[in-house]
Amino acid sequence: MDLSQINPILLLASLMVAATPILLAAIGEAVVEKAGVLNLGVEGMMITGAVVGFAITVNTDAPVLGFVCAAIAGAALSMLFGILTQYLLSNQVATGLGLTLFGLGVSSLIGKPYEGMKVTTLSKFEVPLLSDIPVIGPILFKHDPMVYVSILIIAATWYVLTHTRAGLILRGVGENHDAAHALGYKVIRVRLMAIAFGGACAGLGGAYISLVRVPQWVDGMTAGAGWIALAIVVFASWRPWRVLLGAYLFGGITVLQLNLQAAGVPVPVEVLASSPYIITILVLVAISMKGSHGAPGALGKIFHATH
Amino acid sequence: MEEIRAQDALLTLEGLTKAYPGVVANDDVSFSILPGEVHALLGENGAGKSTLVKMIYGLVKPDQGEMRLKGEVFEPYNPAAARAAGVAMVFQHFSLFDALTVAENIALGMDNPPKPRELTSQIRQVSEAYGLPLDPKRTVGDLSAGERQRVEIIRCLLQDPKLLIMDEPTSVLTPHEVEILFETLRKLTAEGTAILYISHKLEEIRALCEHATILRLGKVVDTCDPREKSARELAEMMVGTSLHVPERDPSEPGDVVIEMDHVSLHSHTAFGTDLKDVSLAVRAGEVVGIGGVAGNGQDEFLSALSGEAWLSSGEVRLKGTCIANLRPNQRRALAVLSAPEERLGHSAAPDMSLTENALLTAAVRQRLTKRGFLRWGKTESFAKDVIKEFDVRTPGPDNAARSLSGGNLQKFVIGREVLQKPEVLVVNQPTWGVDASAAAAIRQSLLDLAADGAAVIVISQDLDELLEIADRFTALYEGKLADPVPTKGLTVETIGLMMGGGEEETAA
Repeated sequence: MDLSQINPILLLASLMVAATPILLAAIGEAVVEKAGVLNLGVEGMMITGAVVGFAITVNTDAPVLGFVCAAIAGAALSMLFGILTQYLLSNQVATGLGLTLFGLGVSSLIGKPYEGMKVTTLSKFEVPLLSDIPVIGPILFKHDPMVYVSILIIAATWYVLTHTRAGLILRGVGENHDAAHALGYKVIRVRLMAIAFGGACAGLGGAYISLVRVPQWVDGMTAGAGWIALAIVVFASWRPWRVLLGAYLFGGITVLQLNLQAAGVPVPVEVLASSPYIITILVLVAISMKGSHGAPGALGKIFHATH
Repeated sequence: MEEIRAQDALLTLEGLTKAYPGVVANDDVSFSILPGEVHALLGENGAGKSTLVKMIYGLVKPDQGEMRLKGEVFEPYNPAAARAAGVAMVFQHFSLFDALTVAENIALGMDNPPKPRELTSQIRQVSEAYGLPLDPKRTVGDLSAGERQRVEIIRCLLQDPKLLIMDEPTSVLTPHEVEILFETLRKLTAEGTAILYISHKLEEIRALCEHATILRLGKVVDTCDPREKSARELAEMMVGTSLHVPERDPSEPGDVVIEMDHVSLHSHTAFGTDLKDVSLAVRAGEVVGIGGVAGNGQDEFLSALSGEAWLSSGEVRLKGTCIANLRPNQRRALAVLSAPEERLGHSAAPDMSLTENALLTAAVRQRLTKRGFLRWGKTESFAKDVIKEFDVRTPGPDNAARSLSGGNLQKFVIGREVLQKPEVLVVNQPTWGVDASAAAAIRQSLLDLAADGAAVIVISQDLDELLEIADRFTALYEGKLADPVPTKGLTVETIGLMMGGGEEETAA
C-alpha cells in the first residue's frame, strides 16, 4: 500500500470529470421534477445520448456535433415519455422504467457496429491566466469545455428557477397543477418543455461518458449513472447548486476509491467499488430521516383538466 | 325588474346553456349584475353554480347564450382574457402554491407582474388599504386559512377588478375573520366593484347581499332580495320543498364512554399541527362539537381517536380501559369508529367501488371476511344497505367512489360508519360541501345515533351546524382544546374567543 501515490491535485481534477455525466443528468431531472414529473428513464436517455453522440462523432470527427445530436436524441426519447404520460395519462413510474429498458435496447442495437472503435475526443481548454495559478489552476481551469458548460447549465437553471417568471410558472405547475391550470397556465406544455430539457441534459451526460470519460462505446456503459442522478436530485432537495455538490461528492468518492484500489489499500476491491453507491444510499437515508424537504407538491401526479 | 337592471348592468348573462354528457349543468340561465352590488348565487350542490362561474371566468365555454360586460359582448376564451376584462375570482379550494411565498403566489396570478420589489410594496399597500394584514415574504404553506384567503383576495385586487367572484369564501374562516372580510367587501362595493357571491351560509348572504339569483338543477328558479327573506325561506327556495330541521329528544347523558387524558401527539404531515395536552370526556348519548379553523389540529385529533397515529404522551380510554396502544381495526372491533374529513383518499379509496369501500372499514364489525377470504355477497348487501338508508344517489354499489358527487359520497362514508352501530363515532367535517337537505339528513343520523346511546364527536368548521346538534361545544386552537361548555346560550363572541385561543387576533 502506498498512499503517497495519490496526487490530491489530480484527484480533485479528475473528480470534476467523473462527476460531469451525473451532474448533467441530475440537473435535467431536477428541472423535470420541479415541474411535477417523475421521469425514471434517465438511464435510458443517457445511454441513448452516449451511443448517438459516439456514432455521430465517429462519422464526422466533430465531437461538438456529437454532443448536439446526443442532446437531440435524449430530448426525442424523452418526448416519447412526455406523450405517453402527459397526453395518454400513463403511469409515470412504469413509463419511466420502460423508457430505461427501451433506451438500453436501442443503444445496444445502434452501438453494435461501433464497438471497439476510436473516437476524436474534446480537447482540453486551458482558461488563459487562471490555469497558471498553482494548485487551483490544474484543478479548476484545465478541463474540456463540457465541464464548464455543465457548471453554466447549473448556474443558468438556478437563475431561471429563482429569478424569472418562466421559472416561477414551472415551480407553480410542479407544486399544484390544478391551481396553475385554474390560473390559466398550460400545465402540459410547461411539463413537456421541462421533460425535453431533462432529456437533452441526460443525452449530454451520456455523450460525455462515451466521448470524454472513456472514450469508447461499450454496451451498457452508463452502468447505473442515471439512477445515481435520480438519487442526487433527492439528495439536493431539488436545488441546482446542491445538485452540483451532490454530483461532485459522488464523483469524488468514485475517483477516490479508484485511487485507493490503485494504491493497494487492504480492503476488498468489491467493497471499494461499491462504496459510492453505499454512501449515496446512506446519505439519502440520512436526508429522508429529516422528513419533508422540499419535494414538489404535484410530483408524479397525473394531471387531467377535468379532475 | 330584470329589464331595468339590464340597462345599466355591469355583466348580463342571456340564455347561457352548458351541457355535459348526461347532464345539463346550466339551462338557459339569464341574470344581470349591477356595479357596486353584492349579488348572491344560491343553489344546492349540482345546481350548476360552479359551471356558471367557470363560464364567466373563461374556464368553460358555454354551448349557447351570450354574456355582455358593460354592454359589449364578452367571450373570454381563457382566464387571462377574463382577468384582462376585469373579472377576478377567489376559488373555493384555494388555488395557491404551498411551497411558494405570498409574493410569488400573487405574481403567478397576474398577467404582467411588476418587478419583485415593486410587487412587494404594492402588496403591502393594498393589504393596508383594505385591512388585510399580510407579509409578502412568508411561505404560503405556513399561513392560516384566513391568511391564505387574503393572498387570493389581494391577488385579485391588484388587478383592479370590476367584478369579483367569490366561491364559498367564508367556509374556513373564524367569525372574526368573516367580519374583516365583509368590511373589505363593503369597501370594494363602495368603490363600484361588483361581487358575485356564492355561499351555503344563508345568514351571511342575508347580511351581505342585496340581490340573489337562485339556481335549481341548472335553471334560474327565482330571484329575491335576501335581506327580506329568512334563512329558512332561502333554503326552501333552493331545495324547492320544505326543509326538515334535525331534532332530537332531550335526554340525560349516561356514563363516560370515551376519554382523552392529557393527550399530546406529534403531527406527521408537512404543514400539520401537533396536539398539545388535550383532555376530553364524552358520555353516552352525548354529542360534543369541536369548532376551530381548519389546520388547528383537527386531523390529528381524529387520528388520536381512530388509532391512525401513536400518541406522544397521555392516554385514550374506552370505558376506563386504555386503548391508546390499539390499532384502528382493533378499535373498530371495540366499536370506536371514525369518518375523516378528506373524502377522496382518506375516508374512501377513490378508484375502488362502493362495495370495496364498504369492506375497508366495515370488515371487522360486520364480519365481512371469513378465514382471510372476502365475503363479497355480504359486503355488497351491506353497501346496498348504506346506499338505501342514507339515500346515496348512485346507479349501484359497483360504481367507483370517485364517480359520486361530494355530497353523495359523504352520505356514504358517514352512513357506512353509522350502520356499524358504533359506541363512539368521531366525524370531521361531516357536511363539508354537502347541500342543505343532505346535510340535514346526515345531522339527523348523528343525532339518532346519540339518542341510541353512542358518544358522538363532531369536528366541524360550520358553527351553525355545531350549535344545532351539539350538547357541548369546544374548539381547537393551535393544537390545544378549550374547556367544553354547554351549547345552550352560547354567544358568537364566546365562540370566537374559544376559536382564537382566548384572545382576539392582534394582527387585525
